[in-house]
Amino acid sequence: MSVTDTETISARTPTPRPSRLFRNKSAKIASIPMVFTALVVFIGCTIWTIYHSFTRSRLLPAPEKWVGLENYERLWSENRWLISIENLAIYGACSLVLSLCIGFVLAALLDRKIRFENTIRTIILYPFALSFVVTGLAWQWILNPSLGLQNVVRNWGWESFTFDPLNNPEIVIFGILIAGIWQGSGFVMVLLLAGMRGIDEDIWKASRVEGIPAWKTYIFIVIPMMRPVFITALVIISAGIIKVYDLVVAQTSGGPGIASEVPAKYVIEKMFQAQNLGLGFAASTMMLLSVLVVLIPWAYLEFGGKKNG
Amino acid sequence: MKLTTKLLSATAICAASSAAAVDLEVTHWWTSGGEAAAVSKFAEAFNATEHTWVDGAIAGSGGTARPIIISRILGGDPMGATQLNHGRQAEELIEAGLLLDLTDVAEAEGWKDIVNPPSLLDACTVDGRIYCAPVNIHSWQWIWLSHQAYADAGIDVPSNWDEFVASAPALEAAGKIPLAMGQQPWQSSGAFGVMAVAIAGPDAWAAVNNDKNAEVAAGPEYAAVFEAAANARAFAANSNVQDWNQATNLVITGQAGGQIMGDWAQGEFQVAGQVAGEDYTCLPGLGVNEIISTGGDAFYFPVQDDADVEAAQKELAALLLSPQVQVDFNLAKGSLPIRGDVDLMAANDCMKKGLEILAAGNILKDGSQSLTPDTTSQIEDLMVEFWNDPSITAEDAQSRYAAIIAEAD
Repeated sequence: MSVTDTETISARTPTPRPSRLFRNKSAKIASIPMVFTALVVFIGCTIWTIYHSFTRSRLLPAPEKWVGLENYERLWSENRWLISIENLAIYGACSLVLSLCIGFVLAALLDRKIRFENTIRTIILYPFALSFVVTGLAWQWILNPSLGLQNVVRNWGWESFTFDPLNNPEIVIFGILIAGIWQGSGFVMVLLLAGMRGIDEDIWKASRVEGIPAWKTYIFIVIPMMRPVFITALVIISAGIIKVYDLVVAQTSGGPGIASEVPAKYVIEKMFQAQNLGLGFAASTMMLLSVLVVLIPWAYLEFGGKKNG
Repeated sequence: MKLTTKLLSATAICAASSAAAVDLEVTHWWTSGGEAAAVSKFAEAFNATEHTWVDGAIAGSGGTARPIIISRILGGDPMGATQLNHGRQAEELIEAGLLLDLTDVAEAEGWKDIVNPPSLLDACTVDGRIYCAPVNIHSWQWIWLSHQAYADAGIDVPSNWDEFVASAPALEAAGKIPLAMGQQPWQSSGAFGVMAVAIAGPDAWAAVNNDKNAEVAAGPEYAAVFEAAANARAFAANSNVQDWNQATNLVITGQAGGQIMGDWAQGEFQVAGQVAGEDYTCLPGLGVNEIISTGGDAFYFPVQDDADVEAAQKELAALLLSPQVQVDFNLAKGSLPIRGDVDLMAANDCMKKGLEILAAGNILKDGSQSLTPDTTSQIEDLMVEFWNDPSITAEDAQSRYAAIIAEAD
């Protein structure tokens, strides 16, 4: 025994290092449960869903009823899905741009070391503490023509004022957008404010010495330095956009007609109300694709970029 | 051998007689005033036995409750009993063996002889076995007309759909909404179904809904239905309400001329203290084809691995169909009983009209008994879009409808 032991030790000593796989063994063993969870729950279930999107599963999953692309063909021929995608695109683009702009402007204003910063920050962040359902209901009332904004303005004497987005199929998605931005821009502000606070005081001193106006400093110096924070904010906002569901349910339940339907609502309703799992899985696979479209460029920028720079 | 049999049967008797009192959770979506009153009749009757009714009401409509109920059954947390609309909604649950076979109860109670119309029991039957207990009949084919609205407009209350269409301009001139209509998908889809039976006739309706004949759906009978629906859409343009009972309220208060809605609307008129024939008129089949569909509610009993619970489930199933419970429940609910041999003297005019039509056998299967939830939801999507977007022409909608019927399984 002892002979073989010393032999192996002496045999190993000259080899420079064990292969990469066996380095930090204890750390790797400790992470096995997490790796397992990730593989089974995230990747395994995703593959299961994608597989079943090619089957004629109705109320129960039916892996044996393979139908190829039938569900996808039906999905892309359905008006409701097309409208959902269109709404998501409008809501997504507007929500992304507006909440970043509003969040940045608010953060920049707070960054000027104003008085009562804490109070104002809390007030602006407050909507984020509300759930989407509460937000949706509150804005449903605010935008209701006979209870909310329109009524108030008319009572002030502007009789012809009309603002009724939730009952107009053309602009209903903007009614939802208002609520979404109200809820989300405070959070973006806090993220960006944290980023701004991370910027070295000396940079501000230098720019003051050079006589550069504050707005120019923000646009040409601060924003480029805050790139990682912006990317984080971007990913968080995008994920929120793609899964928007409860806001729509609370505010319009997809109406009027199907004018404010969104993909997440389509998935839920096809899976559980229409009892058509296959179609719901096909729709959720399309949603996953859209998430990947956002995620892959981000991963490329974050991880691929560092190697070059 | 003989001793064993004796012992076995003795044990069986002991087991049967010692059946413990069971708390049975019953889920349903009857939460509006009249509905809650009706379901409490069941609870009272069941609590009178040694068992206890644990009420599991789920707020919202069937559309909200059904996914919760089904996911609980699938997820291995079955309730004691649950309401569902009978028909194809539970088909796959039965095939997966998740629902209790009630055939022995049905045979002991003679359901085959008492349930009228028999199609209700057929809807509970899969491969000759019975899996649900029908409790009431609801029909969609009614239009409710407000006497006050017509009095305000200075014209007579119409007696059929054509007169209703002709009276619409006068109502509009008097500042009324001719047709009240909630914005939820099932309402637009339901109203369309009613117009299809009334205008295309029951034969064309059956060809489309039962035989999935896409040619009929694309044909001239249905073209007339889509024309009528386009008209109705214009009449309902100013009705900006969501829920069906808000729309019914427009009729009750005389702000709207009429509403196409199932017989459950009657409960709202009753609660408002209105009298059929004096304050409001009901026209079955829009006054054109006096025919009603016989959809309704049924109770299903998810399989549980406890013999006591199973005994209580079967007891409840038998109780739901017993004559007195049927009368109490249906009077409170405003629906028709599923057995023809009970006495409904207390019924109001509209219910009596329904009972007469039922007795005369002018009945249709309900859409939910012949169409899968998938097809139903596709039609609902189409209808709610059509109903809210005047730019979709009747022809477009009809061709899309025919395509859905062609794809239906």
